[in-house]
Amino acid sequence: MPPVFQGIVTILVGVGGCIAYFWVSNWLLDRVIFPARGPNIGRNINRANLLRPWLFMFPAIFVLGLYLAYPVFGSFVRSLYNRAGTEFIGLGNYMTLFAEAGFRTAVFNNFLWLLVVPAAATALGLLAAQLTDRLSWGNIAKSMIFMPMAISFVGASLIWKFVYANNADIGLINAIRDLLGAERPVDVIQIPFWNNFFLMFILIWIQTGFAMVILSAALRGIPEETIEAAILDGAGPVRLFFSVKVPQIMGTIVVVWTTITILVLKVFDIVYTMTGGNFGTHILPSYMMSFMFRDDGRATAVAFVIMLIVLPVMVWNIAQARRDMR
Amino acid sequence: MDNIAGQKAGLTWAVNIAVAALVLLWLIPTVGLFVSSFRDRDQISATGWWKAPMPVELTFRTRVAAADQEPTATGYAISGNVFADPSQARWFPSGSGTVTRFGTRGAAPTEFEAGTEAELRTGGTLTIADDGSFLLQNDESFERPVTLYFEARTPPQFTTANYRTVLTADGMDRAFLNTLTVTIPATVIPILIAAFAAYALAWMEFPGRALLIAAVVGLLVVPLQLALVPLLNLHNRIGIGQSFLGIWLAHTGFGLPLAIYLLRNYMVGLPRDIIESARVDGATDFQIFVKIVLPLSFPALASFAIFQFLWTWNDLLVAKVFLPSAAESQVMTVKIADDLLGSRGGDWGILATAAFVSIAVPLLVFFTLQRYLVRGLLAGSVKGG
Repeated sequence: MPPVFQGIVTILVGVGGCIAYFWVSNWLLDRVIFPARGPNIGRNINRANLLRPWLFMFPAIFVLGLYLAYPVFGSFVRSLYNRAGTEFIGLGNYMTLFAEAGFRTAVFNNFLWLLVVPAAATALGLLAAQLTDRLSWGNIAKSMIFMPMAISFVGASLIWKFVYANNADIGLINAIRDLLGAERPVDVIQIPFWNNFFLMFILIWIQTGFAMVILSAALRGIPEETIEAAILDGAGPVRLFFSVKVPQIMGTIVVVWTTITILVLKVFDIVYTMTGGNFGTHILPSYMMSFMFRDDGRATAVAFVIMLIVLPVMVWNIAQARRDMR
Repeated sequence: MDNIAGQKAGLTWAVNIAVAALVLLWLIPTVGLFVSSFRDRDQISATGWWKAPMPVELTFRTRVAAADQEPTATGYAISGNVFADPSQARWFPSGSGTVTRFGTRGAAPTEFEAGTEAELRTGGTLTIADDGSFLLQNDESFERPVTLYFEARTPPQFTTANYRTVLTADGMDRAFLNTLTVTIPATVIPILIAAFAAYALAWMEFPGRALLIAAVVGLLVVPLQLALVPLLNLHNRIGIGQSFLGIWLAHTGFGLPLAIYLLRNYMVGLPRDIIESARVDGATDFQIFVKIVLPLSFPALASFAIFQFLWTWNDLLVAKVFLPSAAESQVMTVKIADDLLGSRGGDWGILATAAFVSIAVPLLVFFTLQRYLVRGLLAGSVKGG
């Protein structure tokens, strides 16, 4: 069966199945199990209403449990076993990892990414949001800066591979160097240590638009009175921005920052496409993929290290969500 | 607000220029890719895409047969025009052009300026004039054919040949269909599941609701990497293996937290009166959901659909793990990252074209439905956070 046809059948079966599930289960609940008639009508309606939320949520809970909650435990358990999964070796995989220079490089690089990318994307996004705010062509400018959001990490990497190309007739960077009188082109993605920043810039390029859109909405939400008062008190544009506007949108800045932080821990595509982890550019997600299909024990151990890094953000997010709900 | 106080014209100018610079920096790499995808492959490696509208100097070679020689007063000579070579007809359809430099060796094809005289290593001299006419002279007769190298100005060429190659010979058409096959079910199915769950979390009272919402928020940030090994093993055990069914299920699972979160945030903000009055009129939860909440939630549904579409279309990680690596089930991202970058590493025209084919649909979706995308982002980040 060709995949396209298979896809159409899946849509029909999936969508039809979902609708059928919700409809049939509701029908069963209301008509057969707890019918809203007969001597126990009151009790039946109450019981049906008690059960119904779980009917509505069952598919979601099932899928979430299987595809996101179970793997947290499944991965942890798997990381305690050896490569073939036959022998329990405790923290053996973690010990091997920490003893490896490659893993330490990946952790170091990953912290570098975590430090630089969210900060740079948020700062640039804030700058773009503020500058485009009252510009006549601001919306077009925003649209252009936002556009990389739609491009895949692979596509973006390819776009930047052109810019970074080790050839003054293809790569923009080397062309500019050539114009300034450099003798030979350099391969920027092979310069030790600094190559990481060239890879990071790709993600910053993608994420600035995201930060800009959200921060721009936050800036618009600032009460006009506070700005007017500051201007009347003689605050200049810079002072106005840093002392009046930024403090008022601090909450949103933190949200943007953490969202990009989480993203940084998921993106393996850029490193994979640009260098394949060579030249000392591995980060944890790409390092994990280098063990995928070869050593499940080590791969899950790396994945669990990523989970441990994410954990504080997760706890903070949950606390924040619970506070908002009250 | 603009002109209340302290706003100077100079400042406005500075802002305009800064934004223009930022936009240019953001746009230029993509424009470069787009331009490159339409350039001739020889011209791509000869000059940068920013010189695309200008003529390009390319080097060519042509062989002159020894049989063409004629005796002269001082020895032998071969004359003719380098542009007459049929193998260069693609570049010089009229049979004429401008030679800028020429050479006698492949190692230095642009050693001499047009019009000057060069010594041949095998004996004799060579002159190529700028109109392409050449003259080979020697005291003795030429025994073997002579190869001439020359650099000529070629007009800028824009072609769709790269697109034809990528879409027919390189299997991107198959990869495009595969991407589409992965994306559509993986976008549609989570929406339905999430919508019901979001309604329950927003408008139904039951014990443990707050806990479930917290769990969804927590699952929102679970790194995908954790799910790969256990789920692939699970798929293998229950017989799904690496297949389209597997990747649809995986994308559904990974997309659900965001879907539930976005939709719940939106549904909770729907006017309470409408839902209460429907309840009083005797509508069941199922009816309220299908007839009232679902249609009213269209903007949120659209936002999530766009997110999920972009995410599944652009995904590399999940496709690499949950789909077989054979060519017939590769999606475009895998095709580019694993196949083209390896086998076509130096062929910039093909790479640019493949990249552009893969980002064309997301860009189209982005520019037509940007409104919903922005709204979804705002609902997910500002309100909830």
